[in-house]
Amino acid sequence: MSETVKFTIDGKECIGKKGQYIVDAAAENGVYIPVLCHMKDVIPAGSCRVCTVKANGRNMAACTSPVEEGMSIENNTAELLDIRKAIVEMLFVEGNHFCPACEKSGNCDLQALGYKYQMMVPRFPYVFERRNIDATTPKIFLERNRCIFCKRCVRMIKDAEGRSIFAFKGRGETLEINIDHKLAANMTDEMAQLAMDICPVGAILRKEVGFNEAIGTRKYDKKVIGSDIENNHQ
Amino acid sequence: MAQKVTIEPVTRVEGHGKVTIHLDDNMNVAQSRLHIVEFRGFERFVQGRPYWEAPVLVQRLCGICPVSHHLAAAKALDVIVGAGTGHGLTATGEKMRRLMHYGQIFQSHALHFFHLSSPDFLLGYDADPAIRNVIGVALNFPDLAVQGVMMRKFGQEIIEHTAGKKVHGTGAIPGGINKNLSIEERDLFLHGADPLNIDKMIEWADSALQFFKGYYMQNRATIDDFAHFPSNHLSLVRKDGALDLYHGVLRAVDAEGNKILNDVDYQDYYNYIEEEVKSWSYMKFPYLKHLGKEKGWYRVGPLARLNTCDFIPSPMAQKEFEIYKAVTNGKPNNYCLHTHWARLIELLHSAEIMKDLLNDPDLLKTDLVSKGIKVHEGVGLLEAPRGTLFHHYKINDNDEITMANLIVSTTNNNEPMNQSVNFVAKRAMSGKAEITEPMKNQVEMAIRAYDPCLSCATHALGKMPLDIKMYDAKGNEIDHYKS
Repeated sequence: MSETVKFTIDGKECIGKKGQYIVDAAAENGVYIPVLCHMKDVIPAGSCRVCTVKANGRNMAACTSPVEEGMSIENNTAELLDIRKAIVEMLFVEGNHFCPACEKSGNCDLQALGYKYQMMVPRFPYVFERRNIDATTPKIFLERNRCIFCKRCVRMIKDAEGRSIFAFKGRGETLEINIDHKLAANMTDEMAQLAMDICPVGAILRKEVGFNEAIGTRKYDKKVIGSDIENNHQ
Repeated sequence: MAQKVTIEPVTRVEGHGKVTIHLDDNMNVAQSRLHIVEFRGFERFVQGRPYWEAPVLVQRLCGICPVSHHLAAAKALDVIVGAGTGHGLTATGEKMRRLMHYGQIFQSHALHFFHLSSPDFLLGYDADPAIRNVIGVALNFPDLAVQGVMMRKFGQEIIEHTAGKKVHGTGAIPGGINKNLSIEERDLFLHGADPLNIDKMIEWADSALQFFKGYYMQNRATIDDFAHFPSNHLSLVRKDGALDLYHGVLRAVDAEGNKILNDVDYQDYYNYIEEEVKSWSYMKFPYLKHLGKEKGWYRVGPLARLNTCDFIPSPMAQKEFEIYKAVTNGKPNNYCLHTHWARLIELLHSAEIMKDLLNDPDLLKTDLVSKGIKVHEGVGLLEAPRGTLFHHYKINDNDEITMANLIVSTTNNNEPMNQSVNFVAKRAMSGKAEITEPMKNQVEMAIRAYDPCLSCATHALGKMPLDIKMYDAKGNEIDHYKS
């Protein structure tokens, strides 16, 4: 049996496992901390920082920081909520996100966080960067305009031999998500669907099946992102 | 001294436009033009997008009739995904789309009659513009105003339950639809509390039609005299000649009723129709190729549809169609203001069709999509509220759209609207010492009869630079703006 630790989130007493990341431990205690790059049971990347919390007085990424005995975590403070909102806004202005015609609308984590934090208009200027689309693989339409560089696909979508089908190329401003054409040629429909599902935005689209989920049946049509975690522990 | 009269903006139409009327030294109308001053770019920026995105993206052309664009694009993509045209879909797929479409026709026609055109009839075209509007109608004819609002609401609810949202839904997908109708949804429309049930909608649609007929009988000379001129008429008709607003073959008749386009497959529309670009408008001018630019222009919309079809496949509307056709002895109707009458017959027809569909058990089934062998090109046509709507797409091997051509209803009516403006301007203004507001409103009424959607109609990009020239009475250029 793993060793347990006691900590608090916004004053609420919580119990977690030693070494467990704050974001996962919080979820098990009914506390939602937003994530875009993090996926449970996958090695964390800590790249989006939307999960920023204040742990023992210091800003930390909740997806890369383990809980510690007696740790005091701040989550829903005005300061942190504004930081998260600012991060969401930056992600919106950095890419080219046009929700009205995006098939991920309603299933999109970024859009859902935009609604959650009541983003009306971003405080930063739009970059309107020109990004290329890669539609040359048989199963995947890679829409780079929407990529937020979370690296979920790179970490999770692998072929039978463990090779990543997606990879980053370049650095800084030239960084872009790429797909290995040889490996992608052998992707199954299930793998393509999984890649689309784990993408927190609409950057990875499975070809030819767009918009087959009716409005009203999509993930965030009727509930706010994170509400399932919060409601499960009421 | 020569003068130019400008009417800007043209009111109670969808979108932004202006009219210029040039008067000569004797205050006679020398030339009138409807200018479309909006600028859009959908044909260009849809290029490179995945083809399945087109029905959702392109419908953003418009907030009034997005369903028409949504469905026309989906119909074009049915061809691309190998589902064929018209009857290639599953029964549920086609009938859900039809319900969505007739709901759209119903709400749009109700909107036009009650909100946009009725102030001219109920309050008088020469009434004070401060009250000659939907608020004036609401104050003076509250029952009618409520009917207008509730009929529009009913149509919008039908759209929401078929497309997912009242405006800009996602229901139609290549090869079918993404939802069926539940029993609860169906019963809501069939047996909902008054007034939001289909029987009340049929009753109100009929009563609006009877109101217009009564108005017509009292003002027949004025209505008939207003902008009547011969023209060709074009629309889809069902293969047996019935009025069908969702699918059919292309038919055009001339002013005498002779078929000049004989029930052709619309997949080949570009063999029959061409578009001309003119320097003074962002809207193109389509015409029938074999008749040429001068003689090949045509009208679309309710007036044209009731001129091309042989009958209406719903009993109440068919009865009204017979009364309507008797006015012109069965010949094509070329009276501009009779468009309102035709529109109200279609309003009634739409309500009857919706009732038939709602009683059809196919709407409740779950076989939603059909697909076949993919091809790289597809054309989708339907009869939008304002007339025939053309969507044409080509894709490459990577599923990206490489070409889009849209001929929007209002674009089809470009030349007829200019003809109507010219007709009314000459009749109302020539030789008058003063150009009054009611005179200007008559010009607007001529445009309004077509229920133009100027936002939809200006979707092209990169084909026409903004270039404005002003001329005096002697034809000398006195000002020139070029973008």
